[in-house]
Amino acid sequence: MSSPDDDLVDRLRSGDERAFVELVDRHSPSMLAVARAHVASREVAEDVVQDTWLALLKGIDGFEGRSSLRTWLFRVLVNIAKTRGVREKRSTPVDLRDEPGVRPDRFQGAGEEWPGHWVRFPMPWRDSPERRLLSGEALDLVRRELDRLPEQQRIVVSLRDVEGYDSDEVCALLELTAANQRVLLHRGRARIREALAGYFGRAS
Amino acid sequence: MSTWDGVDFGGITCREFVELVTEYLEDRLAADARARFDQHVAVCPGCARYLDQIRVSSRLLGRVTLDPISPQSRDQLRDAFRSWRADRPEKET
Repeated sequence: MSSPDDDLVDRLRSGDERAFVELVDRHSPSMLAVARAHVASREVAEDVVQDTWLALLKGIDGFEGRSSLRTWLFRVLVNIAKTRGVREKRSTPVDLRDEPGVRPDRFQGAGEEWPGHWVRFPMPWRDSPERRLLSGEALDLVRRELDRLPEQQRIVVSLRDVEGYDSDEVCALLELTAANQRVLLHRGRARIREALAGYFGRAS
Repeated sequence: MSTWDGVDFGGITCREFVELVTEYLEDRLAADARARFDQHVAVCPGCARYLDQIRVSSRLLGRVTLDPISPQSRDQLRDAFRSWRADRPEKET
């Protein structure tokens, strides 16, 4: 499977503006998400993304396509982000404070008949969610809840589930251990599920 | 509930189950833990539903789009591209 990026890079080289804009539109959203993990503000992250594209233009003749464009972009992006001032926050370890995926009171307590089992099963999501999502309503909800996730969770979920990157790639880009990456993904997905449960459980 | 007497929940509670779903989906559970997980989900409709809802949530996330860069950034990049193109030495063919 050849990457469609290759064609666009060739066209970019020959001066095709549309090819450049297409690449920018394709990769910038995830670049922005990764940049956010390394710098202090959204504004600085935008600058970092811009500088990365400028670096590509400057270095395009040296870019031989030995690595994929995406790999190249992210390597440069992370370097630029780091020189732009590593924020204090960056070195904070992943917050591993206990955050259950489901509220503890949804499970029976020690004195009850089935300790640790559901008090009540999760409500079924009426209709097929796949159909409901066509209305756009569920999707809007997911989008809103994604924005509300704690930053590290948001970035990991954005790259894994929204953009479809694999875990190795995300760990490398964000400099996370596999275990921490999984914890963040787990919590983020659990919060999104909880929000959807409110939405699908409520409407009839 | 007492009709559940004697049911094999794989030795894990539902509360434990929900914390294992990501490791399960990422295929990070050791064989024995995976077998216990599979056993639990086979007999517990609540956890089967939970697991399915996590999968649906992940799929729905795959349908949303992340924020693009700002229109200003995009315009600036377009301008930068134009000057880059103008400054380039003629490419030999």
